[in-house]
This record gives sequence, structure tokens and C-alpha cells, in this order.
Amino acid sequence: MAKKSSHTHTLGGKHGANCGELLALLNEYVDGKADPAVCKELEGHLAKCNPCRVVVDNVRKTITLYRDNEPCDLPEPFRKRLHACLREHWKKPGN
Amino acid sequence: MQPVGPSDRDLVRAAKNGDLNAFEDLVKRHERRVYGLARRLTGSDLDAQDVTQQTFLSAIENLSGFREKAAFSTWLTAIAANAALKVLRKRRGLTVTSLDEAIEPDGDGQIPHPEYIADWRETPDLLAQRAETHQLLDVAIAELSPIHRAVFLLRDVEDLSVRETAKALGIGEGNVKVRLLRARLQLRERLTRVFGDGERRYKPDDHAHDPTPESDLQENAHG
Repeated sequence: MAKKSSHTHTLGGKHGANCGELLALLNEYVDGKADPAVCKELEGHLAKCNPCRVVVDNVRKTITLYRDNEPCDLPEPFRKRLHACLREHWKKPGN
Repeated sequence: MQPVGPSDRDLVRAAKNGDLNAFEDLVKRHERRVYGLARRLTGSDLDAQDVTQQTFLSAIENLSGFREKAAFSTWLTAIAANAALKVLRKRRGLTVTSLDEAIEPDGDGQIPHPEYIADWRETPDLLAQRAETHQLLDVAIAELSPIHRAVFLLRDVEDLSVRETAKALGIGEGNVKVRLLRARLQLRERLTRVFGDGERRYKPDDHAHDPTPESDLQENAHG
């Protein structure tokens, strides 16, 4: 069993944020939604913690890759079927 | 780039007044996005076709009730996500985790802490130009549970807010936040194992000035 550490940091404490706190607040930080004071603490931690800095960078790049990934074209036969089906449905009474 | 031609809002208004051409323009504008989302959510080309068709049929049927409080794209995304999840529910029994089970909050409440930490060898711009990257992205996202996949795609790719994502998927906002964090971390882990530079790898506890024992990291990851 892991030995419980004697030093724990609290957000706002003189040591600033730690890795666990950064992880817990990662969404807010990456999305720019973290409270400015908290943000400052997290940045203080990032300035001295290479692994956390790289994790934040990795997460941002992961999001960018998925976001910028070109949507795929519809297979042309399907596209034709789709439009024909929609036109048909449009004409149905009640639509 | 500015969109060319009438806005979605204009086309929606015209379609509501019975203009089929306006509706077809909306379909043409959004079909690739809907199909791409459906493909990623279901992991199948055929299911994606089914979901895309269901989405636009449903849009026709519900257009008059669309109150335009959200953008048309957001409304459509919610329909598509639900149609995709419906397909996945039908597949229940074929997958390890049933969707309904996965909608419950995570049992252990633990955030998986990063294990493979390394700078990437290339920028996302360069990676995106490689054909194999598309496949790697598909494989990595397919490894997520359906609900994690849905939350990640709606929030981070389709740009829905936490509230819109929660509403679209019928889950709480807190649940969206927890799912999103897990999804982001899991995808980061998978992609970094592929794109990471082994020579620029950091151990999780490799701190420059303020070492935090791994036991601390795990304890704090609960918060």
C-alpha cells in the first residue's frame, strides 16, 4: 500500500496547486473557464512541473486534431438515396 | 471564412414555409458533419448512413416545432446523437458495456492519471495531413464507451456547451464534465502513445522543483 504523504498542498496555499489539483481542474483550465485566481495557481504549478505542462499540451493537441479532422464525404450512392428519400418524405402529408 | 449565401436561420425560416430547396440546402450544408459524427459515434459506415437518414427525416418531421432557441446545427447535432445512441442501444448485448449502464455516473469516481507523458513528434497540422492519422483517431475514439464518445464529440468537436451537451444526451451537467475529462484523458493517453516522442518522455512524477509522490497524485485525483 502506498505510504500516505505528509505534505499535501491546497489550492491557494503557499506551495500553489499540485498535480492532482491540476488534473481535477484540467477541463476548466483547458476551456479557459477556470477562475482567474485558480488559473494563476495552476500556471504557477505548470511553470515548474514539466509532466503537467506536457499533459495540458497533449490534451489541447488531441482536441485540435479531432476538431480539425475533415468530415468524411458521404458515399455518392448513399447521398443520392438520401436526397431522394428526403424529397419523398417532404411531400408526405403532415410534413 | 464567412459562410456564403443565406444563413441557416434564413434557410430554416424558408423551409418552415414549405420551401424544399431551402431544406435541401440545409441538408447539403450539414450532411458531411452529421455523417462524420454518426460514423464516429457508431463506428460503422452502414449505421452512420442509417443515422444520417434518420436525422434528416426527423428534422423534416420536427422542423415546425423547432423554436430556434439554439442554432440549427446544435439542434441537428442533438437529433443525430440521439439517433446514433438509439442504434447503439439496439446493439446491446454485442458490446461489453451497455449504454444505459454507462450513463450512470462512474462508480469509482477516480480520474485516471496520465501514464505516458511525452511531447508529440509533430504538430497537429502536420499529423492531420497524414492518411494514417485519420484511422488512428477513429481507432482511439472507438475504444471509448459510447457515452464518453458522445460527450467528447458534442463538446469538443461539435462545440456544444456543457448545458447543450447534457440536454442533448439526457444526462446531468456534472455527468458531462466528468465524462469529458475521462474522454479527453483517455484519448490523450492513446494518441500520445502513438504520436509521442519517446526521447522526450516524462515520468508522471518527474517534477523539476516540487516533487509530488504518486500517492499524492492518486489521492488528489479523487477531487
